[in-house]
Amino acid sequence: MDRFERQVILPGFGQEGQAKLKQASVLVIGAGGLGCPALLYLAAAGVGRICVVDGDVVALSNLNRQVLFGQQDLGKNKSETAVQYFQEKYSDIQWKAIPEFITVENAQELIFHYDVVVDGSDNFPTRYLVNDACVLLKKPLVYGAIYQYEGQVSVFNVGSHPCNYRDVFPNPPAPQEIPNCAETGVLGVLPGIIGNLMALEAIKVVSGLGKPLSNKLLLFNSLNTQFQELEIQPNPANQSALPASWNDFHQRDYSSAFKGIQQLTWNEAMKLMGQEVAFVDVREPGEMPPLDCSGLVKVPYSILSSQLDQFEDAEEILCFCQSGVRSQKAAQLLQQTYPDKKIFSIRGGINALKS
Amino acid sequence: MPHYIQLKAFGMLAEKIGSESLELVNPGSSEFLRQQLLEQFPKLKSLTFRMALDRKIIQADTDISQGQEIALLPPFSGG
Repeated sequence: MDRFERQVILPGFGQEGQAKLKQASVLVIGAGGLGCPALLYLAAAGVGRICVVDGDVVALSNLNRQVLFGQQDLGKNKSETAVQYFQEKYSDIQWKAIPEFITVENAQELIFHYDVVVDGSDNFPTRYLVNDACVLLKKPLVYGAIYQYEGQVSVFNVGSHPCNYRDVFPNPPAPQEIPNCAETGVLGVLPGIIGNLMALEAIKVVSGLGKPLSNKLLLFNSLNTQFQELEIQPNPANQSALPASWNDFHQRDYSSAFKGIQQLTWNEAMKLMGQEVAFVDVREPGEMPPLDCSGLVKVPYSILSSQLDQFEDAEEILCFCQSGVRSQKAAQLLQQTYPDKKIFSIRGGINALKS
Repeated sequence: MPHYIQLKAFGMLAEKIGSESLELVNPGSSEFLRQQLLEQFPKLKSLTFRMALDRKIIQADTDISQGQEIALLPPFSGG
């Protein structure tokens, strides 16, 4: 008996479809709410080579949806933990874990070696970065994203008139529009459904089965269980938002979203540390890993507006959060209150420190 | 007799509008509709969104005819 017998006997799939899966390679960006279910089904279907990229570590609040992880995995890197789990189940698949976040520095090299990219990341900077790198490489990109009870799925860079994310949303929204990552609720089953749809699309792209969602944006509302499909067309006017070359791509700062708020790397920030500098963790209690050091003040972003007077004496203020979006919002709020102080946000937040 | 169109809102836009679907008097074009929505729902002003007319995402100002369906789409980033 063959492990793939039940899919090989499917009309339209057969040994040929299975062989294509076996020869295929998929890069999964983010082993989170979308990446976990997508990986489960890509692996079970018999994709030959799978790489998981994620610099994040497992936190307790991840477990309602990130179904590859359990309580024994808290604090461990997600890509390594996911790959370890699968290596025991399916040793014939070539697994690779990259315990880092995707950046302008590593994106080209990472994506180049795979047939399809599945983007299960959880923030706009990464989504635009991955989209742009895939456009430059003409690489099929399976896109999926969620907000509360709704999800979106599409397939980019596939077909004779391919679309990409910038044909739907040419530019990222401003940070003040984006809900804080720590504050958005999610019922685990929604990313489960969207992540499965992403695995399905990736399987269709590599095996040639059916029709992938290219030039279509699929919308799903989990509250009324409704799907809706919208047509997307390539728009030459959106080309200008894309990087023209790899050189242009490497120069871009995808994480910078707030005009006028200066972002620093951790190294630059460390050099500033001193008596008159307030060093502020704006994450909510319980976000992992906790950071403890002398001189660190913890003021969660959710209560910052009521705590502004405690920064009166600081000459400079350095804010950081988990991924670098909230800290830009916090810096903006502080700058409005103290226009004369120097206020910085640390680029990439704790995630940048980990990788 | 005013002409009506159907409006569908997704994600955060539905929260700001207070409803997932709405019937509106046809303002005639997608740009007029955008202006009308921003006036009626000022909270939309700070948000990025695209419109789809009869399930096709539109890139430029487009005429709207009676009975057509307009969808308002916000970008999602969650994973």
